[in-house]
Amino acid sequence: MPTSSEHRPDPDLLLAKVKRQEADAQRGKLRIYFGSSAGVGKTYAMLAAARKLKAEGRDVVIGVIETHGRSETAALLGDVEILPPKAMPYRGKDLSEFDLDAALLRHPALILVDELAHSNVQGARHPKRWQDVEELLAAGIDVFSTLNVQHLESLNDVVGGITNVRVWETVPDTVFDDADEVVLVDIPAEELLQRLRAGKVYVPLQAERAADNFFRKGNLMALRELALRRTAERVEGDVQAYRVDKSIGSVWKTANALLTCVGPDAGAERVVRGAARLAGQLNAEWHAIYVETPALQRLPAARREKILATLTLAKDLGATTAVIADSDVAMSVVVYARSHNLSKLVIGRDPSRRLWPWQRSSGQKLALLAPDIDLIEIGRTDGAMQNVDARNSSPWPMQPGAESADRRRMKRLRYLWAALSCIAVTLVSMPLAAHFDRSNIVAIYILTVVLVAVRFGRGAAALAAVLSVCAFDFFFVPPRFSFAVSDVQYILTFCIMLAVGLITGQLTAGLRFQARVAAHREERAGSLYEIARDLSGAVQIDQVVRISDQSIERTFRAAAALLLPDEDGQLSMRSERADTALVVEIGIAQWAFDKGQPAGFGTDTLPGSEVLYIPLRAPTLARGVLAVKAHNRRLLRIPEQRQLLDTFAALIAIALERVHYVEVAQDALVSMESERLRNSLLAALSHDLRTPLTVLVGLAESLTLTKPPLSAAQIESAEAIQDEARRMSTLVSNLLDMARIESGEVKLNLQWQPLEEVVGSALNAARAMLKQHVLDVSVPRDLPLVRFDALLIERVLVNLLENASKYTPPGSKITLAGQIAGDSLSVSVADDGPGLTVGHEEAVFQKFTRGEREPATPGVGLGLAICRAIVESHHGKIVATNRPGGGAQFVFTLPLGQPPAAAEEAETANG
Amino acid sequence: MGEPQPVAILVEDERQIRRFVRTALEAEGWIVHETDTLRQGLIDAGTRKPELIILDLGLPDGDGMEFLRDLRGWSNVPVIVLSARVGEADKIEALDAGADDYLTKPFGVGELLARVRAASRRRRDTGMGLGSVFEFGDVKVDLSLRTVHKGSVAIHLTPIEYRMLNLLIANCGKVLTHRQILREVWGPSHTEDGHYVRVYMGHLRQKLENDPAQPKHILTETAVGYRLVQSATD
Repeated sequence: MPTSSEHRPDPDLLLAKVKRQEADAQRGKLRIYFGSSAGVGKTYAMLAAARKLKAEGRDVVIGVIETHGRSETAALLGDVEILPPKAMPYRGKDLSEFDLDAALLRHPALILVDELAHSNVQGARHPKRWQDVEELLAAGIDVFSTLNVQHLESLNDVVGGITNVRVWETVPDTVFDDADEVVLVDIPAEELLQRLRAGKVYVPLQAERAADNFFRKGNLMALRELALRRTAERVEGDVQAYRVDKSIGSVWKTANALLTCVGPDAGAERVVRGAARLAGQLNAEWHAIYVETPALQRLPAARREKILATLTLAKDLGATTAVIADSDVAMSVVVYARSHNLSKLVIGRDPSRRLWPWQRSSGQKLALLAPDIDLIEIGRTDGAMQNVDARNSSPWPMQPGAESADRRRMKRLRYLWAALSCIAVTLVSMPLAAHFDRSNIVAIYILTVVLVAVRFGRGAAALAAVLSVCAFDFFFVPPRFSFAVSDVQYILTFCIMLAVGLITGQLTAGLRFQARVAAHREERAGSLYEIARDLSGAVQIDQVVRISDQSIERTFRAAAALLLPDEDGQLSMRSERADTALVVEIGIAQWAFDKGQPAGFGTDTLPGSEVLYIPLRAPTLARGVLAVKAHNRRLLRIPEQRQLLDTFAALIAIALERVHYVEVAQDALVSMESERLRNSLLAALSHDLRTPLTVLVGLAESLTLTKPPLSAAQIESAEAIQDEARRMSTLVSNLLDMARIESGEVKLNLQWQPLEEVVGSALNAARAMLKQHVLDVSVPRDLPLVRFDALLIERVLVNLLENASKYTPPGSKITLAGQIAGDSLSVSVADDGPGLTVGHEEAVFQKFTRGEREPATPGVGLGLAICRAIVESHHGKIVATNRPGGGAQFVFTLPLGQPPAAAEEAETANG
Repeated sequence: MGEPQPVAILVEDERQIRRFVRTALEAEGWIVHETDTLRQGLIDAGTRKPELIILDLGLPDGDGMEFLRDLRGWSNVPVIVLSARVGEADKIEALDAGADDYLTKPFGVGELLARVRAASRRRRDTGMGLGSVFEFGDVKVDLSLRTVHKGSVAIHLTPIEYRMLNLLIANCGKVLTHRQILREVWGPSHTEDGHYVRVYMGHLRQKLENDPAQPKHILTETAVGYRLVQSATD
């Protein structure tokens, strides 16, 4: 039926759902108590809920709580465990902060972390508390937290506009949207004001005036509306998630995605926030791009930093970001939108002032280029918000670029060259003036301007154009050596000269820019190609390390080092670095490796570090960490460069993994080959040694059976030959077994079986040796099945029995007993003979060690060494002790497990 | 007895082993044909109408398993396998392929003759059919009445235990692998559940042996299987 096929769930969506559920199952749950402003009772509500859970038996811990001296709230703390805060030194004072490491160590089921938007003291692992919470969640701990609407990133400017108080501590909307539950704590504005007047709302002294402005009824009502609406949006998101979950039709529109452009204006941040809000409302993904034109490239470093900061803000708000270098903004935006299938474009409105009537606004340009794309213009806010300068996205200040002075000098030099060129051309042209027409002189000047433009760029070209016009006027246009012009037509010449100079300068500079961009791109592609080629040829870890170090140093002008884990997952430096350009902090690297997230410079984790740590994630598992310290740190902030670096990291990771598997395959091949060799050697040895022994045993026995019978002495000799041959055979077996076990290649034939059975067969095998001894066997009937290799355990028992018979006089008593001891089965073979030499109890298990120094008893001391090897390969233990009553006792253990159920049958009569 | 002398074929490449095995068998009244290749052994088995074949598994001209499978296609003559190999897997494979018994090198003449006697007795018995009463030690099994007595005490066996005892009696003296017992008692779908056999064999020993930890009749062939021995001297 067509209808049913329409409603059939999309397999990709279902797969995504399963993956999401898997990830969710391990992650802790985040519940946010969300309110319109301080004082609505979020902390109170959170505590009340936590206490209820504690009463139900949940393991609840208070990580950090701000009671603000409110007695009602403090009374609620009750007996809930409070994590002691950590003292962090900051500017000579100790500030108490939430102790993340203690919380992770304590690992409660639920932790209360108040004030999600709080900024940590510099030097903490994360700059923001919500990042601490992320780590708690990742560790599988449930978290309750609180948040005010004004701290929500995308609403930050709106709230600022309403209250004229701009807060600096913000939480990305993604955190709010990804929270598992949001509880809206809401009271009417009037009631909040009453509470404020009653002194129930904490107002910091230093902010009292601001608070007076803040807590106005109008403000509070507006904030309340914002909080309610934001919660409603989120609930709608929940509904959508629920619908996907329950496979109720598809509500996703594929072509709903947004694109916004980041520019250099102060309003850029506003546009980004607007786009984020819009994307949230449309429930669509969104992209933010920055088109770097030549003009923008010439901006001072601080402003460029700001643009990149805005881009980072967009990323925090959930956008996919990119930097594109192109001189035509509109065209590149449209190309990007088309290639990423983005149907809506969000742009800031152009300044209303226009230089020329034919100049089009960027909106009009875009509309012309792509009539099919929806355009959304975000209004400008001049004035009021302008002075509240856009905050830096990083709470910790960045260092200003050091290269600006250098660049200024370069610039001056260019203008100097332009001026010198004009002077030189004038000097050369002077003697020519007599022979050539003035129009040719003009041509020489224009050529100069073009050359200057090509060599020194647009500014220098403009200067050259102006100077050329002046020089031509002064030296060549009659009256010469005067700026006066006799013939009016020269005015036209000047104008054309100037225009041609400026236009060619502009064009060539544009070309230069394009060429440079192309060169950059080619450089990136080239370096990628190079590292990929080099890495693909690497067959050893050291080669990978060397190639990646060199490639990164070359491409990023950065010091790089690889840190690789050992078997326990502990990182260590693999790159050999003699210089001190890169000081790696193993702790941060280990964090990045364990969490699989980048850390250090430019990331959310310990951004104060100078070094960026990128985990090398390969398809199967993380292979190490790449530490990079750029000489020019701005480089690593540019999304393109970061992406390139990430690509490098991925390539290195894959190379490491490939090398790893090459080694694994080689090892496997070598061990397979050596095992084959060993097995054939052992088989040959076994055959070649046993055949003559068989002949010896058989022929000696035949002698005793011949008719007529031999004399008693002859029969005794024949029997002695037989016995010795059999002993020889045991020795060969022991040697071969030892060789097999020592090689570590013996494969245990583990079966669930009763001890009784192997005791029976061992006693049967050792019957001949035990003829002269008294045997006492006690194996309880109700022992559980144990998993072992019957042949090998039989060998252990036979060796122990043989040992007991060998070192005790005839008539001694040998006791064999089995019993349960804790979580293992313990088997003992004891005798009442002379016992072991004191202090020699452990040495008997060494190869070729025997009870006595002098070889009074025959046999090579291999038997007990084999016993130990066998028992240990079964994860058991074997010890030798002297019994209190005299005699030696050998005890070995075998771990008990869960034996499989045997099909029980009813106990009925026969047949 | 006046009966014609039974014929045995000995397939073994080591001359000295052939020598003492032949001596021992001839002393028991066998006519022994020796060969040192599997090819010739197979031809002899077809032409000389043997009542016993003694086969060394480690012959240079081929795999003893192939010999067994080929032979079992057209003959059920008892085969005793001689093995010097390290693993037990070869023995199990040989038994599953149709060998009746095995001897691990080095072996004595006494062990060899005991196995030979057991094999020829079994051959005789299958010719005549089992008697209705079977005895080992002080245990008496009446196969027609399906009763088991130990001394004068009637022993109650569960159906599985009884089936297993019956199987052991039918193959008295012969080694039965775990797999064979599982297939016969539990059916072909249970051939991997080796612990079933061990558990029930334990029950059977508890009921029938005087000292289950030192059994005299229901013997364990470690890692291979079980063997019922009628008298302790066997």
